[in-house]
Amino acid sequence: MLARSFRDLDLAEDAAQQAFAEAATSWPRTGVPESPGAWITAVARRRAIDRIRRESRRDTKQRQAVASTAVPAWPDFDLGGESVDDDVLRLVFTCCHPALAAPAQVALTLRLVAGIETTAIARAFLVPEAAMTQRLVRAKRKIRAANVPFRMPDDARLPDRLGSVLAVIFLAFNEGYIASSGDGVGRPDLCEEAIALARLIVDLMPDEPEARGLLALMLFTNARRRARVAVDGSLVRLVDQDRTRWDQQMIAEGRELLRRCLRQGRPGQYQLHAAINAVHTEAATFVDTDWHQILALYDHLLEIAATPVVELNRAVALAEIDGPHVALVAIDRLGLDGYHLWHAVRADLLRRCGRDDDAGVAYERAIDLTDNPAERQLLQRRHAELPTALN
Amino acid sequence: MTRYLMSVCYSPDATPPTANELEVIMADVTEVHRQLRAEGSWVFGGGLHDPSTATVVTSQDGTAVTTDGPFIDSKEVIGGLSIIDVADLDAALEWAERTSRATRCSIEVRPFVDDHPE
Repeated sequence: MLARSFRDLDLAEDAAQQAFAEAATSWPRTGVPESPGAWITAVARRRAIDRIRRESRRDTKQRQAVASTAVPAWPDFDLGGESVDDDVLRLVFTCCHPALAAPAQVALTLRLVAGIETTAIARAFLVPEAAMTQRLVRAKRKIRAANVPFRMPDDARLPDRLGSVLAVIFLAFNEGYIASSGDGVGRPDLCEEAIALARLIVDLMPDEPEARGLLALMLFTNARRRARVAVDGSLVRLVDQDRTRWDQQMIAEGRELLRRCLRQGRPGQYQLHAAINAVHTEAATFVDTDWHQILALYDHLLEIAATPVVELNRAVALAEIDGPHVALVAIDRLGLDGYHLWHAVRADLLRRCGRDDDAGVAYERAIDLTDNPAERQLLQRRHAELPTALN
Repeated sequence: MTRYLMSVCYSPDATPPTANELEVIMADVTEVHRQLRAEGSWVFGGGLHDPSTATVVTSQDGTAVTTDGPFIDSKEVIGGLSIIDVADLDAALEWAERTSRATRCSIEVRPFVDDHPE
């Protein structure tokens, strides 16, 4: 009954809208909370739960009658109760159901769980608002028509399904992180929203090390944000970053999370990526980086998730240990010709091998394949710095 | 409960199974159907002859036009179907997985309209 009433996802959406209305009225009085995203999630959560409870006490007829009248005042909040958490998790797993396409999963999660307005989601993903509205409408209609269950997956499916939840969160984060260096004007802070969502999952599923690993990974990454973009808006490479500008508080939190999840002894790709990032944060300068440790972590990562992109990243570490020639051999067999970062890494390696002409060609390919203005700017500068640059 | 149509999709370009393989497939499919019946989830189903055996009838202005051949020429065709009645999409997907394993084909799952009598 409860599930049936909440399966009408418009309820959840209403709750999110109310949270925004609440934010608008209470922030001027109390000041903007430290993490507005997390705050709104918490409020929307209370609202949604509150409405579920209210609705679940009524039969359908009464509910229909009530729906047309004014919204009653909230009863007292009960954030600690088990069923509250369960309902939030059910909502998350429903939004990230594999029967929905990944873009729809992300949009639904941001709308219904994080409570971001459709306009803002559309802006974040650079699609027209009408298209985003359509995406959400279609997804909700599918959930209703196909009878996607509003419940936690069973134990056998949980690892897979949690995987798609974490992937959705990471997708939102990356969209925010990559965009944050571009013309990020007026886009919602997806990184912060993604971190808030991951906190929610860690909170509700404390026994899942990968959720904690993902949160740690995003904190480590986000900690470098200020140092990652130069005054002119171009990207700053890890080697050139001013490490004193890294957010030490985020790094410390990431380390604590990582320590806790690694202790569970069930490493996964997010934990390993987080561990690689942790090693970087431990080095005071680029040359102090423990590359052997990083290489070992990449090897471990390849054992559980062998992808050409992981191989490419491993080669970057390999170049610091065995030199650019060895790394070049390693990346040349990856078949990533359509990937701008493959050309960018290759260009840097060729340059270090003294093959400036080849490096120039590789930079040009990388620039051609890059959509992001900040990345393009960095690549153009690197290209122009070549002693034999043709232009 | 919701009723779903499970369509067995295959590519006509793919190499058809040998007689022996087909025998194994039929046995596996029959077993899935038996399980569906045992759980009370079975509504209807069966295999189809290939699309070249299809006939299309279109009624226009009171006259019916009958044409030879399938209505839609597509890269994938439907080799058979089952209609099942189960609790929700997750249950349907579970059966689709078993049917896919048995048929060695992709299964498209679609819900029937008007299946939520309150």
